Amino acid sequence: MIDKSVATALQAVADVFDGARVLVGGFGTAGMPDELIDALIEQGARDLTIISNNAGNGEHGLAALLKAGRVAKVVCSFPRQSDSHHFDALYRAGKIELELVPQGTLAARIEAAGAGLGGIYTPTGVGTPLATGKETRRIGDRDYVFELPIHADFALIKAHRADRWGNLVYRKAARNFGPIMATAARCTIAQVTQVVILGELDPEVIVTPGIYVQRVVKIDGAAGAGALGVAA
Amino acid sequence: MKRLDRAQMAARVAQDIADGAYVNLGIGLPTLVANHLPADREIVLQSENGILGMGPAPDVDDEDPELINAGKQPVTQLPGSSFFHHGDSFAMIRGGHLDLCVLGAFQVSVTGDLANWHTGKEGAIPAVGGAMDLAVGARRIVVMMELMTGGGECKLVERCTYPLTGLACVSRVYTDLAIFDIDRNGVRVAECVEGLEFEALRRMVGFAALRDGRS
Repeated sequence: MIDKSVATALQAVADVFDGARVLVGGFGTAGMPDELIDALIEQGARDLTIISNNAGNGEHGLAALLKAGRVAKVVCSFPRQSDSHHFDALYRAGKIELELVPQGTLAARIEAAGAGLGGIYTPTGVGTPLATGKETRRIGDRDYVFELPIHADFALIKAHRADRWGNLVYRKAARNFGPIMATAARCTIAQVTQVVILGELDPEVIVTPGIYVQRVVKIDGAAGAGALGVAA
Repeated sequence: MKRLDRAQMAARVAQDIADGAYVNLGIGLPTLVANHLPADREIVLQSENGILGMGPAPDVDDEDPELINAGKQPVTQLPGSSFFHHGDSFAMIRGGHLDLCVLGAFQVSVTGDLANWHTGKEGAIPAVGGAMDLAVGARRIVVMMELMTGGGECKLVERCTYPLTGLACVSRVYTDLAIFDIDRNGVRVAECVEGLEFEALRRMVGFAALRDGRS
């Protein structure tokens, strides 16, 4: 029997190793897997490369991981925000490396990895500093920049509902990077609000098929409520 | 002269958006355009974090942290709206499916080059977001910005000195003093605010090739 349920967030991230490449879902705080990141902080892995759209907001989630000093490098599109003070301080102190990637190129590179492609040619960034040193190619009447896929060891994402096969549906704009990140990691860990019995999710509306998901953790509103089980 | 305030600029941009258009509004100043869309036109707003059919800001009590726009402010969804992931969102953007994108800018050149992501100053933390994808992807890119910096320098320039976002992508610039159209023949003034003479505007902009395109 397939059961991807894991009892606690700490168990779900137990094997994240020092130096791992970790995709982290979310756009700002929407879709940010806060509880998985809290568990990762407790677990203690360091020298991580984090691939995420932003570089932390406020005090929770990715911001807390950065503050804890666990991140060596951030690959993202938009680090500088009004509440990105933890990243800003580390960057200015030279304690963190930044690879800045246009948002659509970030998405496409993640998708390329998930789809087994060796990279993509995109018109985005042609003639700008972010294309410096990269191969460009004229296809038809347009110039394109070659960008490599972004693979990762782990993906930490947040979805709304799951079943024990790891099928996922999301909620509103918290979907953002979740579905594509799930495809690009060797081990995708989804925190969800609800786990339903197999067959209850309408196959027509499942966004992430379970093949892309290795672990599911149910996060209740109540702290420490790790017992997963199957919803009645 | 009657300089437009930010709300008036937003209303002027909104006036030009056609019924049925799919539109992305950049973060900052362009976001204000959403408040001025004519009620008799159906205009579908795209937000690059995965929303089509985005509605106005909710009442404080109805805010949902998982329903936000690209500027991470709470929004609403309209009947007919849809959600999608970032791969789809940027396929939509890069693939030429949006009719219009309104962006803010640090500088726009007379050839339509856009600089809006990085001042390049020492110590500045760069952040690009979706700007470069929007600049190459939407069918029409217009810029909305104040014409002069706080220090009195014109932001419409012969050549951008800030790092570029996109090449030759901007076709119209809405400012607080005038509207400029850009094409292969250069820059034409399409509108001027009341009380601003063309020659006075040309002196502010500082390049002789500026043409008066008003009929």
